[in-house]
Amino acid sequence: MAFLSVQKVSKRFATLAAADAVDLEVPQGAFFALLGPSGCGKTTLLRMIAGFAEPDEGIITIDGAVMNGVPANKRPTNMVFQNYAIFPHLNVFDNVAYGLRKEGLGRQALRARVEAMLGTVRLEGLDGRRSDELSGGQRQRVALARALVRRPKLLLLDEPLGALDKRLREAMQVELRGLQKSLGITFLLVTHDQEEALSMADQVAVMSGGRILQIASPRALYERPNCREVADFIGEINFFHATVKSVEGETVTANAGVLGLLSIPKPNFGFGFALGDHILLALRPERITLEGGTVAGEITAASFLGERSHYQVRIAGRGEPVFVAASGPAPPGAVMLGWNPADMIALPFGA
Amino acid sequence: MKALRAYAALYLAFLYLPVLLLPLFSFNASHFIAFPLSGFTLQWYRELFADVAMLHAFGNSLEVGAVTALLSTVLGLMAARAVTRYRLKGAGAVLGFISLPLFIPDIVLGLSLLLLLGAVDFPLSLAAVVLGHVSLCLPFALTVLIARMQGFDRNLEEASADLGEGPWMTFWRLTFPLMLPGIAAALLLTFITSFDEFLLAYFLSGTEATLPVYIWGQLRFPERLPMVLALGALILLASVVVVILAEWTRNLGVSKKSVGA
Amino acid sequence: MATENGTRRGYLLLSPTLAVMALAMAAPLALLVLYSLTAAPGPVLAGGPSLAQYGEALARAGYRALFWRSIAISALVTAVTVTLAYPMAYFVAFHAGRAKFAWAIALTIPFWTSYLLRVFAWKIILGYGGVINSALLSLHLISTPLSALLYNPFAVVVTLTHAWAAFAILPIYVSLEKIDRALLEAATDLGDGPARRFLRITLPLSLPGVLGAAILIFVPTTGDYVTPSLVGGPQGAMIANLIAIQFERVGNWPLGAALALASMAMVAVTAALFVTAARAAVRAVK
Repeated sequence: MAFLSVQKVSKRFATLAAADAVDLEVPQGAFFALLGPSGCGKTTLLRMIAGFAEPDEGIITIDGAVMNGVPANKRPTNMVFQNYAIFPHLNVFDNVAYGLRKEGLGRQALRARVEAMLGTVRLEGLDGRRSDELSGGQRQRVALARALVRRPKLLLLDEPLGALDKRLREAMQVELRGLQKSLGITFLLVTHDQEEALSMADQVAVMSGGRILQIASPRALYERPNCREVADFIGEINFFHATVKSVEGETVTANAGVLGLLSIPKPNFGFGFALGDHILLALRPERITLEGGTVAGEITAASFLGERSHYQVRIAGRGEPVFVAASGPAPPGAVMLGWNPADMIALPFGA
Repeated sequence: MKALRAYAALYLAFLYLPVLLLPLFSFNASHFIAFPLSGFTLQWYRELFADVAMLHAFGNSLEVGAVTALLSTVLGLMAARAVTRYRLKGAGAVLGFISLPLFIPDIVLGLSLLLLLGAVDFPLSLAAVVLGHVSLCLPFALTVLIARMQGFDRNLEEASADLGEGPWMTFWRLTFPLMLPGIAAALLLTFITSFDEFLLAYFLSGTEATLPVYIWGQLRFPERLPMVLALGALILLASVVVVILAEWTRNLGVSKKSVGA
Repeated sequence: MATENGTRRGYLLLSPTLAVMALAMAAPLALLVLYSLTAAPGPVLAGGPSLAQYGEALARAGYRALFWRSIAISALVTAVTVTLAYPMAYFVAFHAGRAKFAWAIALTIPFWTSYLLRVFAWKIILGYGGVINSALLSLHLISTPLSALLYNPFAVVVTLTHAWAAFAILPIYVSLEKIDRALLEAATDLGDGPARRFLRITLPLSLPGVLGAAILIFVPTTGDYVTPSLVGGPQGAMIANLIAIQFERVGNWPLGAALALASMAMVAVTAALFVTAARAAVRAVK
């Protein structure tokens, strides 16, 4: 059994299903992310793992022990709360020492352990500060230290970087990742920010409407989304409607209307299909070139983003623009869009 | 949890039991305020409305309450605006000074005002009572109004100025309507505080009694007590109606706001 | 906006309020101080400032006893009122759910009645033919009515506890309501059970409300006049009764002023000591 195992867990609030028969397995030592828009049920799932909510159905185990019915204060988990929940009446030292007071450590041992943890999160010398004397980044570190100093088997992080500005967020992503690798503690991160999930986690579960849509590595999630919703949620993507025409060996031919007949490698289909099925073909903007292709178009909007530019290209017979990301300047006048059909991901239309 | 709920119910009973005795005995057909009850009567209410001195004192209290409420709310509004809108040095000390009456026993406030009025030969009167009540009520008005003013966005006023309104029109079209719930709350709170205040009025009112001073006088005469209880029951009823109305209009305001949001 | 012009307008806006407070509060208190420094009844400060009245106020055993009784009664009232109100406020803040608002209204309505009559109602409850005696008689628990219920310090404490309940519930409720629920979850997450969590988080964070309530009750009740007059009897008299007598019947204004100011000073010192001690006690909990 996996280190953290969530089996058929459901939770309803009135008529809303915040978790609908969720299955999840997280191996020990992993950095695992739950990714989804707000209201998708990821926070409810995290709170059920932490013990702040009980599942209506299903079982949660951590390290082989069933957690259902175990109160939050008796679980081997600790949490970094969304807005850090730093105790305002205690200083940094007492915040970090909070969860150790019951352990009966001596004064010296307690101090040593807290100081060591403050060193780990690079907060040396701030012991005496109160929460209102700390920056956002420092508060985040206190929350982290306070949870980690208890040596939890599983660290839960609820949107830990949401309150930080962009630059700090990026630095903390690298740091959290490094911390997780060096401590070897299993991290479970909840976020609505795909960049955060992709940059830190080994494995990402994408959630929507109380269900898990896909669990995969960040790269697989990006390159092989299993449904329209995942593809749409992770980065920018173009969808083209198509119909399956024929299958010959490892090649599927699809009729994509204005794009003509396209030959797609069969492994690009992650689902069962039949001839005549209506499907979607998804294509990342950076996989499209503006020159040397076969589909004529006209640039209607362009934005310069440094190392690359984003373009909206209108092509005949299609209402919405095609998004293209390209490095280098756009050619003057009309463009000829091109791509390798092997880069197109086939997705079921209905899902 | 159950224990806490049971405690809450008991506590509520403790709060209500004494208060509910007022209406109960106001309908009791006996001069003696004691059990067992001796039957139902409306006699005390009839006596009450025939009591000219009571009606006069009631009028005095309304007058004092209204003037006090108006004065302390206007003064509170100006002070609240000054400390929330401008960065004034010593604003904390000023607020502390204005809040001081909260921490001074009423008897000290009343007697020292009595000394001052004597010293400057100002006659004891309802005007003297108003002066005392304003100092008592200002801290309440100020607290309510500052809380309300801190709750609203300075940008709104700048937006109004940006859209071409001068300071006066901005005040009338924006600040005042937004402050209205706070102003209403301050008026209500200060009116009730003044209306119910006894000790300052007792020292300062001279020959013109306010309602609490009148009630105090009646408490010494056992045969007048049932009538006083009838008066208490009416005050209770009126207060409940006012509180419920106030909450109801406040909720109306809230739901209107949430539609806009 | 913080221009010099703006600042001047700010002070200008503030000045009417300050003027009224100076006239209605500061000037009278200053005069009270002057009276208290006057050696004998008569014109203020006749014969130069003197501490004679303070000597008189503090020297007489009867006065001293009244000071201590006032402070003891108020301290007891404060302790009982705050202790009884805390669970009530806690219930409304954390467990009343959607009925929170209804509870808040229900808790304040009794306080919209006349203060005098609320105090008087306790006479009906505790009196010779009152609610308690009638109930005990009809249950045959006693054969003659108890007269020990009314006209003593106990009656004063019970009555004041009831009269000032709202001043305890509201500040405590507000401070409990302000506590970020995530802090409570964080404490649980870090291993605290409900009791430890209450002592380490809820109580310290609601301390401002508790202290505010305590001061808001302790200070005015030491000077309460109505309650001891109506239900206190001779054994339940408090310092305010003595002060009023000096002004009204004896006509010794300087002594009355000295008594008033001495009692205020004692109250202020007691309150300051209490707040310091309470803060230190809660800070010791980690």
